[in-house]
Amino acid sequence: MKDKIARWTLLVIAFSAVLALLLITFFIFQQGVPLIFKAGLKNFFSTQWSPTHGKFGISSMIVGSLMVTFGALLIGVPLGLSCAIFLTEFSSKTLQKNLKPVIELLAGIPSVVYGFIGIIVLVPFIREHIGGPGFSVLASSIILGIMILPTIVSISYDSLLVVPGTYRAGSLALGATKWQTVTMVLIPAARSGIITSIILGMGRAVGETMAVIMIAGNALKIPHSILDPVRTITSTIALELSYSVGDHRMALFACGTILFIIIIILNIIATKLTRRT
Amino acid sequence: MFKIKPKTTQVIAYSVLLALTVITIAVLVFIILFIFKNGIRELSWSFLTQPTKEMGKEGGILPSIVGTLLVTLFSIIIATPIGVGSAIYLTEYTKGGAIRRIISFGADCLAGMPSIIFGLFGFIFFVIMLKMGWSILSGGLTLAIMILPTIIRTSEEAIKSVPNAYREISYSLGGGKLDTIIKIVLPTALPGILTGVILGIGRAISETAAVIFTAGSSLNMPTSLFSSTRTLAVHFYILAREGISMPKAYGTATVLIIIILLINFIAYRLMHKFISKYY
Repeated sequence: MKDKIARWTLLVIAFSAVLALLLITFFIFQQGVPLIFKAGLKNFFSTQWSPTHGKFGISSMIVGSLMVTFGALLIGVPLGLSCAIFLTEFSSKTLQKNLKPVIELLAGIPSVVYGFIGIIVLVPFIREHIGGPGFSVLASSIILGIMILPTIVSISYDSLLVVPGTYRAGSLALGATKWQTVTMVLIPAARSGIITSIILGMGRAVGETMAVIMIAGNALKIPHSILDPVRTITSTIALELSYSVGDHRMALFACGTILFIIIIILNIIATKLTRRT
Repeated sequence: MFKIKPKTTQVIAYSVLLALTVITIAVLVFIILFIFKNGIRELSWSFLTQPTKEMGKEGGILPSIVGTLLVTLFSIIIATPIGVGSAIYLTEYTKGGAIRRIISFGADCLAGMPSIIFGLFGFIFFVIMLKMGWSILSGGLTLAIMILPTIIRTSEEAIKSVPNAYREISYSLGGGKLDTIIKIVLPTALPGILTGVILGIGRAISETAAVIFTAGSSLNMPTSLFSSTRTLAVHFYILAREGISMPKAYGTATVLIIIILLINFIAYRLMHKFISKYY
């Protein structure tokens, strides 16, 4: 009897994560979707964003989000993969044991601290040495690239680690160098884990808010170069939510809806990939 | 065309990988040292224990420290039992199957959700619909949902790694399932579960986007769960972005980083102790 009660109580508790997800989905959509229909798709996907005057175009923000995310991947993926490969294949056990938590510490640093370092160090550097106002696609990409490192390193690291030792031994026995083993055997074997790490890193970059607000410049137009300021979907929500009312607030939830859909798609891909291995 | 010898490629690849790894570590060290170098001199007893004056230009950060503690504590009190309960169900009561897949997918989606989405949700649901207003309550509940997947995942791993023999011995002595879980499995998995809780605390403390729209940014000392409050991360964000006071911003960031370093260190030590015992 006691066991039965426990079982059912635990089942209910276990569903709370799902319940929370459903509640979030419901409220974000319920607040955002009606506005998309009210404004019409043409208005919603135009480049004119002036929500207090009935213009709800989010195209320039979508382009902005895509640009900084792509930039972040350009920086984060090579760095992160290199770290993962170096740690699993080329470093001693002690080094591995000590460096992994250090890299994971990067994930613990608050995103506002990254944004702050961006404002104080990176933005002035870009302004003085490369050009433009400093607040830019470039600055955001670099900071986001660093921020997604821990995600990419730890998931690729784990997937490289579970490649059976016999694969390595076999390849080395055939006369391959360690590097040939990495490129021809290990990376293909760990492929889906590595891709998962990149997709989840992408999710982090698309969704990051506070750091981007601080360094992106937030100008409402499609940037022409990587030195131009940019505004993302997330920064628009965070910048305007506290004073928005009526349709304006609903438009911000519509931005949230779009962001939500992007994240769910990325998560589904990641889940599918992980299950296959 | 000349062909590079595999041996040479190997040396080049090794050097490049080493260099990129060093760069990554260097970035981390740079961030921490840079904040410390500029912020450590701001730290003083009075900075930690004085109320904030003139929007943060003067005075200390006591209200934000209290606010951070309360919001974090509240979220942990809510999220820990739910998270550990879910993990127990997932590991002890299911063997694969649809229920497990659904719950796992839910937890994974929550884990991958950007914090601004939690902010939007908490704002419309807790603050406006449930009329909790900008408060410790709204902020804590929002953060509880956010850190739930961290606690579920870590507890699940911890409970999974408890050797099956422990359970079997308990059953063979006549212990029921629930007794076995409470008396044998949970105590054994405790360090692992604690690691998850501590990592959750770390996430809650460093969060900004989800709390600024749910707990608000009041600088007054909170008097009840319904008071609006400003956490350290939010205070730091406002100081830095609005350029109110750079020295105070560095000081606040230093406090934040010290807390995060401590939390990660404790979590790492706990996990390490746990792993070396059971693997």
